[in-house]
Amino acid sequence: MVARYLPLAVGLLVFAFIGWRLADPSDQPDISSRLVGAPAPDLTLAPMLADRPGVTGLATGEPHLVNLFGSWCNPCIAEAPLLDALAARGVPITGIAVRDEPQAVTRFLEEHGDPFAVIGSDPQSEAVFALGATGVPETFLVDAEGVIRAHVQGPLAPGDVDRLAAAWEALR
Amino acid sequence: MIAELGHAALWLAAALAGLQVVFALLRGQAGAAALPAIRAIAGAQALLALLAFAALLHLFWVTDLSVALVATHSHGDKLPFYKLAAAWGNHEGSMLLWVLLLSGFGALMARFARALEPAVMRGALGMQGALALGFYAFLLLSSNPFARLDPPALEGRGLNPLLQDPGLVFHPPTLYVGYVGLSVAFSLAIGAMLGGRVDAALARAMRPWVLLSWTFLTAGILGGSYWAYYELGWGGYWFWDPVENASLLPWLAATALLHSVSVLAAREALRAWTMALALIGFAMSMLGTFLVRSGLLTSVHAFAVDPERGTFILVLMALYVGGALALFGARIAQVREGAPFAPASREGALVANNLLLSVILALVLFGTFYPLVAEAFGASISVGPPYFNLVAGPLALLLVALLFVGPLLSWKRQFRPLSKGAALAGCGALAMLVATIALGWSMSLLERLGLALGAGLVIASLVPLLTRKPWRAPAPVWGMVLAHLGVGLLTVGIASESAFTKERLAIVQPGDQASVGPWLVEFRAAVPVAGPNWTAIEADLLASRGAGAARLAPQQRLFNQPATSTSESALLTRWDGQLYATVGQGSAAEGWQLRLWWKPFVTFIWAGGLLIALGGLVSLVGRIVRALREARPARASARYREQRSW
Repeated sequence: MVARYLPLAVGLLVFAFIGWRLADPSDQPDISSRLVGAPAPDLTLAPMLADRPGVTGLATGEPHLVNLFGSWCNPCIAEAPLLDALAARGVPITGIAVRDEPQAVTRFLEEHGDPFAVIGSDPQSEAVFALGATGVPETFLVDAEGVIRAHVQGPLAPGDVDRLAAAWEALR
Repeated sequence: MIAELGHAALWLAAALAGLQVVFALLRGQAGAAALPAIRAIAGAQALLALLAFAALLHLFWVTDLSVALVATHSHGDKLPFYKLAAAWGNHEGSMLLWVLLLSGFGALMARFARALEPAVMRGALGMQGALALGFYAFLLLSSNPFARLDPPALEGRGLNPLLQDPGLVFHPPTLYVGYVGLSVAFSLAIGAMLGGRVDAALARAMRPWVLLSWTFLTAGILGGSYWAYYELGWGGYWFWDPVENASLLPWLAATALLHSVSVLAAREALRAWTMALALIGFAMSMLGTFLVRSGLLTSVHAFAVDPERGTFILVLMALYVGGALALFGARIAQVREGAPFAPASREGALVANNLLLSVILALVLFGTFYPLVAEAFGASISVGPPYFNLVAGPLALLLVALLFVGPLLSWKRQFRPLSKGAALAGCGALAMLVATIALGWSMSLLERLGLALGAGLVIASLVPLLTRKPWRAPAPVWGMVLAHLGVGLLTVGIASESAFTKERLAIVQPGDQASVGPWLVEFRAAVPVAGPNWTAIEADLLASRGAGAARLAPQQRLFNQPATSTSESALLTRWDGQLYATVGQGSAAEGWQLRLWWKPFVTFIWAGGLLIALGGLVSLVGRIVRALREARPARASARYREQRSW
């Protein structure tokens, strides 16, 4: 008697399962960087511009963002407003200008906003390699002791602003 | 205009499908009178679907870039041949093909499947209309192939170069005929359960459709496998990819159904089981489509990564399959017990065949979905060849062993002592087993047994022809022999490919030689060549084995629209295997990557697969010819009766 409805039960179970997975796909790409939790390298970079200092170590005693950028890099233009928004919330941002020239950087900052407290120059991409970055732009959240707490590969997305600001707030 | 015409035809076809369902639901006097109308509607609906598909083909042929689908999936520079193929090389177009086949099979069923009770036929055609209606709705509401693009695109966005291959022109339609053909068995089973007539007449009506779709499924899977083999350049022919599994699942169900339907036709046994298989077969077809379309199990094939459409199809399937299984539960108790039989009989062997196939089906289904289950509980896991080979391999070999005796048993009960033929086959298998051990070939147990049992089956499969005069044997017997012979060759081929394949990877400069297996391959030059929409570096290879030499020309091909490179393998086919060559990146300074495989008896895989499909074809044609021959006198006498009634 019951056996006759067994195929139906199995079938409905399969459909319910598929429906559940379809409604709640947990396969969203959640690729966390392996650099999170690792100490940032002890970088010392010459100042890029005359008006502000360069980088003297990333363990500065307070949490801050480290942003790899270049005036030659289009995605950097795309993320510039988001960095400005972060700076407006009080997040200190360390800029690392990769393979760049002072005049070009000055023009870039005039056109697209200037969120950087300090800007170090990385003429040979040495800082890029030391940080384990794959390219420009990339953004790291570094805590007071110089440990990487968050890592964004590629340009920031609008959602990253709140996330990074909250993470920074929590580290203070 | 043409796009709007196609779109309108699709809406009209959907309306007719709805009408078909309504007419099928009529009861009593009106219901009895409705059958001719239903038949006519089924035909008209198929013609409209054909019109819509023809409109889409036309749009692709002239590359009408004001149609979104054409703009995203074709390109003005594409060869005419591939422009047409692009019509079904995408989600919307392939679903239109699906629904065209669904309505086409409905029309064919209305026209040709006649020897059934009107109530059964009405239910079956109503179900076929309901199936079509659901898929029309899916097309019209969530994936309209005729949507316009305003403003029109300046140039199309091309097509995946991997898909610019003759294989694409034939592979999806072949497979789809197989998938959708199973809908007829599904609808007939529904009709029979609604009409309360599950009998031999139903099985005989169902059999040609099952044979047809099974033959096409076999050919489609074989074609897809060969396409992956030469086009992907990985040297493999089966990867247990979810989408491959999606085509294998209905094939397994159809194979089981094909055998159980014979039992029902000949002995009126296995009624409930056959009905269940008919439902499961098409359910697996839809599940396959769903897996591919929803992107739930991501793979190269999931070109519509779109959960919304997935939900639509899921609801459709849940309604159809859930409804069908509920009907099965409610009605199957009224079906009489089938005729009894002894375990050691033809029926017994076919039951064993069915059980093994069903278990393989369940295991493959489980493996295909397991990553999804694991993921639901937070684990990330992929299930690959090791699992499938381990669980499906031994069961498949058991099936092969069963084939030694199954076809030689007679119906009902008589247990004849094993015939000389079966004994001969057993000796053949044993000899092969001993040979592989004596020659010291190192291979896994599964491969060793595969070689032995496959070789034995090659002999055993021919026995049914030898016990009588071969030319007197009916076509279905020939069909069975060919298909089983194919299974034997396939088994040998798979085992041999797995056990004996030799691989060689070398960096070569012009003039260098590389050896693989018995072959010596000379790399003579790397030549730039250009095609209609690609450029390539072509390796000029000279392969020799003892006397004589043959040229091979694998390419590293760069398509310009979109810019993608593909590896075009080169194959040298000999009766005892294939030499497979691909050329990779390289330069004149650093040399060229050359990859060579020697695959002994991989040819048996292709020949075996072809024989299996050919067996289905022979059996199908034989049955159709016989049905026509039987129908002619019957029709004549009917005409005579008609005249008398005047």
